[in-house]
Amino acid sequence: MSKTYEYVPEPALVKGNHDFKSLTALITDINMRPTPKGWYIAFGISNILLFVLLFSIGYLIWEGTGIWGLNAPAGWGWAIINFVWWVGIGHAGTLISAILFLFRQDWRTAINRFAEAMTIFAVMCAGIFPAIHVGRIWVIYWVFPLPNQMAMWPNFNSPLLWDVFAVSTYFTVSLLFWYVGLVPDLATIRDRIKSKMGKVLYGTFALGWRGSNRHWWNYEKSYMILAGLATPLVLSVHTIVSFDFAVSLIPGWHTTIFPPYFVAGAVFSGFAMVLTLMIIVRKIYGLEEIMTVDHIEKMNIIIMVTGSMVGFAYLMEFFVAWYSGVEYEKAIFILRATGPYAWAYWIMITCNVISPQVFWSKKLRRNVAFTFFISIVVNIGMWFERFVIAVTSLSTDFLPSSWGYYSPTFWDVITYVGTFGLFFTFFLLFLRFLPMVAVAEIKAILPQADPHNYDENGEYDPPKVEIPEPVKDSEQKG
Amino acid sequence: MSKSTVENNMYGVLAEFRNPKELVDAAKKINQNGYKKYDTFSPFPIHGIDKAMNLPKSKLGWIVVSHGLVGLIGSFAMIYFMMVADYPLNISGKTLLNIPAWIPVIFELTVLLSAFGAVFGMFFLNGLPKFNHPLFNSENFKKATDDGFFVCIESDDPQFDVEKVQTLLKDAGGTNIEEIYDN
Repeated sequence: MSKTYEYVPEPALVKGNHDFKSLTALITDINMRPTPKGWYIAFGISNILLFVLLFSIGYLIWEGTGIWGLNAPAGWGWAIINFVWWVGIGHAGTLISAILFLFRQDWRTAINRFAEAMTIFAVMCAGIFPAIHVGRIWVIYWVFPLPNQMAMWPNFNSPLLWDVFAVSTYFTVSLLFWYVGLVPDLATIRDRIKSKMGKVLYGTFALGWRGSNRHWWNYEKSYMILAGLATPLVLSVHTIVSFDFAVSLIPGWHTTIFPPYFVAGAVFSGFAMVLTLMIIVRKIYGLEEIMTVDHIEKMNIIIMVTGSMVGFAYLMEFFVAWYSGVEYEKAIFILRATGPYAWAYWIMITCNVISPQVFWSKKLRRNVAFTFFISIVVNIGMWFERFVIAVTSLSTDFLPSSWGYYSPTFWDVITYVGTFGLFFTFFLLFLRFLPMVAVAEIKAILPQADPHNYDENGEYDPPKVEIPEPVKDSEQKG
Repeated sequence: MSKSTVENNMYGVLAEFRNPKELVDAAKKINQNGYKKYDTFSPFPIHGIDKAMNLPKSKLGWIVVSHGLVGLIGSFAMIYFMMVADYPLNISGKTLLNIPAWIPVIFELTVLLSAFGAVFGMFFLNGLPKFNHPLFNSENFKKATDDGFFVCIESDDPQFDVEKVQTLLKDAGGTNIEEIYDN
């Protein structure tokens, strides 16, 4: 041994020699430049898909839920799968914006705005499915406690109603949190933009923010309280989503592991989605100095951790099914791995359990192209996880005589494909008109932002990292 | 006198500082000189400026707690009214007062109301939205949301005196000192 320890200094969060002004320009110029041609092309494609969604919803309302592949015994299919998948994706945004904030993970500032936007649009996509699956959408207001002609109230003992409250609260709080973060940045654009229309619009939404430190004082408090509220909220939302399954008596669903297992899966797929989007966006908009390879590596580590948690949950499910001694419980898990849907089960295992394990290699988790590939694989895997949970338990339940094979119809598929249109339409509008990095927050993590990094005369004095001399082997022996 | 009319119309004196450190030092100095009606402006929150400006603790926590309590008690009362008092529904003989099953909704509504308190309470405490402000008359002040650090001593301050304030700001290292008028 030549030395007993090695000092690894924390790498700079923002690469390149950026100061406050250049960061403002780098980020907000994107919103003030003329719209690039590629944006119109992407927006056009998204709009077509959005139209597909609207058309398939229109036909669903016209014709009824019979156009979907649902029938006895599988009364739940793609709608709930897509709902859980989208809402799970959304959870990464809140994790980044709230939980990493509470843990003082400063690297989050490069991606939080972006991830929060993803959350909001993903929750919108998710919310569509429970709304349209009800059959008679014109009485959807029955899910809210509104006085109606029957003098009846919604059933507050039902997990499906908890879901209504959980998802709508989650959407509202995410939107508020996002907007609070946006206000100072909208003010930045208001003060920089030349067009009159832009001044009015950004000025209106900036609410007259002027960077007062008396305001920042309340603002930071508000931000921290919101982070503190959003943290239990995000855990509760996917817990309640899992209650949709776990509170029922169907074998394979009725387990106590569901809430933590769903939350881990949600974070897992959400981080993958953030990576998918981030890797494209940082390249196109030239933000590699803000969203660095270090960020990708950190996110890959989270994917690996949550992926392992999901893998562990799969194992525990099997163990508990055997340990419970319940015949139906045992049967369903064996059927998952060997039955009619074994193909879906093994896709799930490959994508969710095996694929994230490659990130033990430092080289691979810093490889951008490879990360992009894995991020897509993970999201495919997480979609199949929900497919396996929802479909296998229903199609092969207690009575073998009532077993059946569920397959989706054309309308199931295009409704799902259409939600991508909704998602990307909003996401592209966000990229075009709103600062995609939290400008004020990323300035605050520059070393220049800390008053301690200045000398007596007010000149910038960058922090020097003192690297302790490693203890020599010979000295130790001596 | 002409001077007093000018002062009546005057909002305050604005000075620019180079960096967060100078802003914190200036805030300390102004505070030590006994000024009460002044403010500092920066593109991001600065660590330690609350102490330099001697800011009182934010009242936001109390607003959030009160909203949260309204959410907690209000949602419980709502569910109790709906499930027990107004339209009791016997579902296979299960108890009507089924509190464990109500927890998810009560929790969500508590969080929702608390978040409303945190966001709207913050805007309320900050006096926002306020689309027009005398400081927006200054062209230089636009930098406050980019890379500018500013101090403004307001004319409402009991010991406000244009010359004295300007000297103080200059001594503290302020540049681009300008008088801001409310018009």
